[in-house]
Amino acid sequence: MTAVLDRVASPTPQGTAAPRRPRRRIGDMLVPTFAALAFAYLLVPVAYTVAFSFNDAGKTNLVWRGFTLDNWRNPCAAPQVCEAFANSLQVGFVSTIVATVLGTLIAIALVRFRFRGRSATNLLIFLPMSTPEVVLGAALLAQFLALRVPLGFGTVVAAHVMFCISFVVVTVKARVSSLDPALEEAAADLYASPLQAFWRVTFPLLLPGIAAAALLAFSLSFDDFIVTNFTSGAYTTFPKFVYVSATRGIPPQANVISSFMFVLALAIVVLVQVLGYARSKRLRAR
Amino acid sequence: MTSTGAAPEAQATGAGGAALVIERVTKAFGSFVAVDDLTLTIQPGSFFALLGPSGCGKTTTLRMIAGLEQPTSGTLSIGGKDVTGTRAHQRPVNTVFQSYALFPHLTVGENVAFGLRRTRANDIAKRVADGLDLVELRHLADRRPGQLSGGQQQRVALARALVNRPALLLLDEPLGALDLKLRRQMQLELKRIQTEVGLTFVHVTHDQEEAMTMADTVAVMNRGRIEQMGSPAQLYELPRTTFVANFLGQSNLVAGTVVERDEKPGLLGVDVGGTRILVPQQRAVRTDGAVLVGARPEKMRLLVGDQAPGEAENVLGPGVVTDVSFMGVSTQYQVEIAGLGTFGVFAQNLLGGATVTVGSPVRLAWAVDFTFGLDGAEAADEGTFDLDDEL
Repeated sequence: MTAVLDRVASPTPQGTAAPRRPRRRIGDMLVPTFAALAFAYLLVPVAYTVAFSFNDAGKTNLVWRGFTLDNWRNPCAAPQVCEAFANSLQVGFVSTIVATVLGTLIAIALVRFRFRGRSATNLLIFLPMSTPEVVLGAALLAQFLALRVPLGFGTVVAAHVMFCISFVVVTVKARVSSLDPALEEAAADLYASPLQAFWRVTFPLLLPGIAAAALLAFSLSFDDFIVTNFTSGAYTTFPKFVYVSATRGIPPQANVISSFMFVLALAIVVLVQVLGYARSKRLRAR
Repeated sequence: MTSTGAAPEAQATGAGGAALVIERVTKAFGSFVAVDDLTLTIQPGSFFALLGPSGCGKTTTLRMIAGLEQPTSGTLSIGGKDVTGTRAHQRPVNTVFQSYALFPHLTVGENVAFGLRRTRANDIAKRVADGLDLVELRHLADRRPGQLSGGQQQRVALARALVNRPALLLLDEPLGALDLKLRRQMQLELKRIQTEVGLTFVHVTHDQEEAMTMADTVAVMNRGRIEQMGSPAQLYELPRTTFVANFLGQSNLVAGTVVERDEKPGLLGVDVGGTRILVPQQRAVRTDGAVLVGARPEKMRLLVGDQAPGEAENVLGPGVVTDVSFMGVSTQYQVEIAGLGTFGVFAQNLLGGATVTVGSPVRLAWAVDFTFGLDGAEAADEGTFDLDDEL
């Protein structure tokens, strides 16, 4: 490195070497180096999680004790881990569906219709996003206690729907705004009833936005610990299970499930990219 | 196209198209009146143009016919049936939108089939193919709209509307997004298709040339009202308001006062800055007081030196030529007459180019028969282009 830098600082007196080459060489090296460092920084925790899912762990999964596939063969071996995972999936699915449906309807209403309280709604919808989760969780817990609502699946879903809706609205709203209102008018002009116009034209065109919003909502819900911890009572979700067991030692099965989720998410992204590429290629080929 | 089977669905009316009657329709948005007490009848099978500057209410009128807006008051009927209050999907009307509004997620063929599917028409595949044939785009049926050029998208939008054989086909500035050459080509194409299918076309445009080339009847709209309606030739040769005189082509307008009712039989004597001008009474909006005397620039000719005017000609001047522009087929002169203003004169280049140079003293002469008289209370520049207003 120093040699290269020296050459930049003092070019060869004869000027035989092309003067621009050394500089380019530094750029060529620096960018990949930084990129590699950035990726390492981002991926080390993931790599650690995946690697230790293959650890032949004893009581704690902190030191490497040898390679095994047992954890992957029996991911449910550790007590409660699969129950917590199933709970998280349930909460995630139900919250996602409810939040996506409601959020999409709110987004369409906010963009397409003029009504009293519209700008207030536009503003208030951001509140759950900007409020610290601890505050949100504590406030929800206080409300549930005051109303004597038993804590469990229901309260967790209610809490998750609440904070997911904001993200769905913001995501879908962007899509609705970019939709030419003339398209819906054209559908009506071509004899489509309002319902037909929605399902034949509006919905298919909003679908990418709705799908993105649903994925976002699911990952937010699946991931959430703080609000869940306040509102779940004895009910255990996967993040809560990991947090609680951290004091005693996280079983390697938790790593297995985490790795599985990571691979699944990666597969979805790759699949979407491949499909998109194939589609654009097919269209170009015509 | 027109003979391929009587359409089974209730909407389509078959060959001739249907008449549209608009009666005393007003549309207000808050305190702004977009369309003001409009009454209009459009004959079945005609090519009707609503012409006017942006904001004149022509698009609002079109949207009310389509059912995308409801009138504040008044009634609309199509083919003798009152449709006021019905919604867009219930009306036997199809629109070619300014932005085309093709469905981007559907192929060209699916776009064209959209209306037929909704009405559960028979023979959808064949009618779609015929519709695409009409606009010569059948080979692109499997493409998406995003892969087509502007002109092709425009033709798809047209086919998508036409296949339904609507009682009325509405065209909302359909050529606005095309470049000049393509626009001329599409104008002819549209006219051919209209003749071929024989439907009633209602065409909204701000392009006076477009309206005149295509339409049988042109209604000139301004500030929510129809200023004048008639065939393009009628409107051009005998404008009844200064707005029409200036918006449709160009006009030379000069203020005067009627001094004699029957200077010669059927002719008004008008004093224009001390000169006597004759205006046929039939061609004058009012026969007393302050009037605007008008003549089209191509009707005027230059008198050089002591060249004598013809028998039945009005003469103004002398003035000075201030500008000469050679336009190929014609030469355009600007003539300044002290106290009266600037006049435009178009001279056909029958015998070569410009014969008069800038600075020459000339007089203007034109046939009395082509003179028209407008209400002197109107502003003479109403309907002219203001460069600041240009889009």
